[in-house]
Amino acid sequence: MTETTRAYLSFAVMALLFLAVGFVQGWSLALAILNLCLISAIMSLGVNIQWGYAGLFNVGVMGFAAVGGLMAVLVSYPPVAEAWAAGGAGILVSGLLAAIIAAACYAAYRFMRKGQARMWTISAIILAGYFIIRIAYDPAVDAIESVNPAATGFLGGLGIPIIISWAIGGLAAAGIAWIIGKISLGLRSDYLAIATLGISEIIIAMLKNEDWLTRGVKNVIGLPRPVPYEVDLQQAEWFLNLSASLGMSPVDFSSIFVKLCYAILFTIVLLVILYLSEKALNSPWGRMMRAIRDNEISANAMGKDITRRHLQVFVLGSAVIGIAGAMLTTLDGQFTPASYQPLRFTFLIWVMVIVGGSGNNWGAVLGGFVIWFFWIEAEPIGIWLMDSLTAGMAPDNPLRLHLIDSAAHMRLIVMGLILLLVLRFSPRGLIPERTGQQYNQQQ
Amino acid sequence: MESLLNAIVLLLNFLVFPALAYGSQLALGALGVTLIYGVLRFSNFGHGETMSFGAMACILFTWALQSWGVSLGPLPTALLALPAGIAVTAAVVLATDKLVYSYYRKQKAAPVIFLIASVGVMFVMNGIVRFIIGPDDRRFADGERFIFTAREFKEWSGLAEGLALRSTVLITVLTAVVVVAALFWFLNRTRTGKSMRAYSDNEDLALLSGIDPDRVVRIAWILTAALATIAGTLYGLDKSYKPFTFLQLLLPIFAAAIVGGVGNPVGAIAGGFVVAFSEIAVTFAYKKFLSYTLPPALVPDGLAQLLSTDYKFAVSFVILVVVLLVKPTGLFSGKTL
Repeated sequence: MTETTRAYLSFAVMALLFLAVGFVQGWSLALAILNLCLISAIMSLGVNIQWGYAGLFNVGVMGFAAVGGLMAVLVSYPPVAEAWAAGGAGILVSGLLAAIIAAACYAAYRFMRKGQARMWTISAIILAGYFIIRIAYDPAVDAIESVNPAATGFLGGLGIPIIISWAIGGLAAAGIAWIIGKISLGLRSDYLAIATLGISEIIIAMLKNEDWLTRGVKNVIGLPRPVPYEVDLQQAEWFLNLSASLGMSPVDFSSIFVKLCYAILFTIVLLVILYLSEKALNSPWGRMMRAIRDNEISANAMGKDITRRHLQVFVLGSAVIGIAGAMLTTLDGQFTPASYQPLRFTFLIWVMVIVGGSGNNWGAVLGGFVIWFFWIEAEPIGIWLMDSLTAGMAPDNPLRLHLIDSAAHMRLIVMGLILLLVLRFSPRGLIPERTGQQYNQQQ
Repeated sequence: MESLLNAIVLLLNFLVFPALAYGSQLALGALGVTLIYGVLRFSNFGHGETMSFGAMACILFTWALQSWGVSLGPLPTALLALPAGIAVTAAVVLATDKLVYSYYRKQKAAPVIFLIASVGVMFVMNGIVRFIIGPDDRRFADGERFIFTAREFKEWSGLAEGLALRSTVLITVLTAVVVVAALFWFLNRTRTGKSMRAYSDNEDLALLSGIDPDRVVRIAWILTAALATIAGTLYGLDKSYKPFTFLQLLLPIFAAAIVGGVGNPVGAIAGGFVVAFSEIAVTFAYKKFLSYTLPPALVPDGLAQLLSTDYKFAVSFVILVVVLLVKPTGLFSGKTL
């Protein structure tokens, strides 16, 4: 069996699994899983760009996805006029001050000679700047957070269509990736891992605590949608006719219809990103990236600037993750900072890439589908497994109860084991990377 | 004069004592990371979970001992359970090495592959811990809670500020000192310790001199398991044991190891205290301290807190970034185990 047929076969099996879920558990659930599979596939494409193309290990996927999610709020939520009146000026002033301080630091860095004096000057500017900013910032934050805290208590967003946030989420994630990359790329590879781990924790801490910006753990709910609402559909003439002709109740069909709309939007984004990724990978740029990944020293000898190329690919991959993060918040219709867990947003995506086939975009997409599918279906399967394993015990047997309670934690073990087993026994994944030799054979 | 004393007591009570305990815990954790880095040459992301597992093993043994009515009197029973906990953790860690890492060692895989494998190990171990003990908060400290309480201190000194010394703080610091002294004696004085340092300095030369690499790796893992178990148990005694905190401890531990210079045990200890003191000093509310030291007119209205406590990870991160930018080899130029 050639690798191409294996790829087609894998996707066909995946499609059959969706059909099975549709017939057994209902189409609404099948579409819900599909939508998250599509988003996961995009995230895993982003990680694949970093790891598969260039061998960069990013442990901060969660942070970039959360930045994308925040952008969905900041773009789509209507601005809170009262809050802007109360503290908007203060926030703008502190933003301006921060920019001035950053500029002063940069000037000191550029125009002073390297040494102790420069280090102390920069430290002094930052320290003094911090206290000056706090003078404007603290009262503004208090003012904003006290404006109707039960309903808003934050500045709100721009109030423009949420779909625009998908692009902005990508840009914001790219900006953060640029800063992180500037600091830690070019040093030993472990530092990027540790730095991304750190920045993702800090981003989540900020999202939880900067209430004026994100509403913190009070969550932002009811984000506008890019697709119609079920209630509106159920009253539309054409929709009622359509559902009648399909022989479904309007209520059921409206939920399926909405999910279908999301699925179409997400598929378009996925296909665009997949197309661009494939183009990039098969271009001279892609070959250069892989040459750098496989042998940095010789690529350097050929005149490639490794640190800059790494920075570039790191920024691109993070942008894709940011887009997916914004899409996820759009789909949820709400922004809940506490839901960002490293297991779900960093680790799971890594399992997708490794299982799917690092270095192969189709593999990353397949990995996104397969792993998310089993992530969702693992819980019913796990509980069923525990239940039948312990069926011989009395219903109130403490061991049985403990095992059934702990079934949820099995996910961690199972996903970890999958990662370790694939990494060890099939490191090239379900759809392996294609090498130059295979291209030649095809042509 | 008295207000100055009050100010000092305040700092001791809320800043120095907690930072000493936390710093010792971080130092022990960072020592484990540094040892593995020195010998196996990768950043072990599974280290936080090794600590968690070790602490869990200790808790289970402590509960067993408690149910048999064994206790250490004023000391926590957990200390008695430590050797058993270390043994179990060492066995688990050695098994992990056999099942996961030894294969990549033979393949001479790139460090980043080890790193990914260690992330996988981290999640499996986290799952196992949650599976066994559950995700909830566990308290297992017993024995005397205080060496002296704030009230006793106030009566004794006649100051307005109280100073309490919790026994877990003292135990943490003392245990850390004993463990570190033993570790240094082992590394510098014993034949095995010297062979480990040689292996870390120059692998090929060590192999030529007839040092058995498998033995060095095995001992490094056992030492790491011991350090991790002790660090995890002390952290659990001092605060409380919760499986998910150990993922968040990973960042300060890495920061500590890198600040000191990865691979350098002295650096790991110094790094642990640097991170702990800066974390607590930056998130400390200085209002009361300033009210003792400044004339009343100058005392600020707010809490005079530099950074909210929720941003304590940010402190480790900033320290990390500054070190990477200014002196990437760390305070005590790294890579000399």
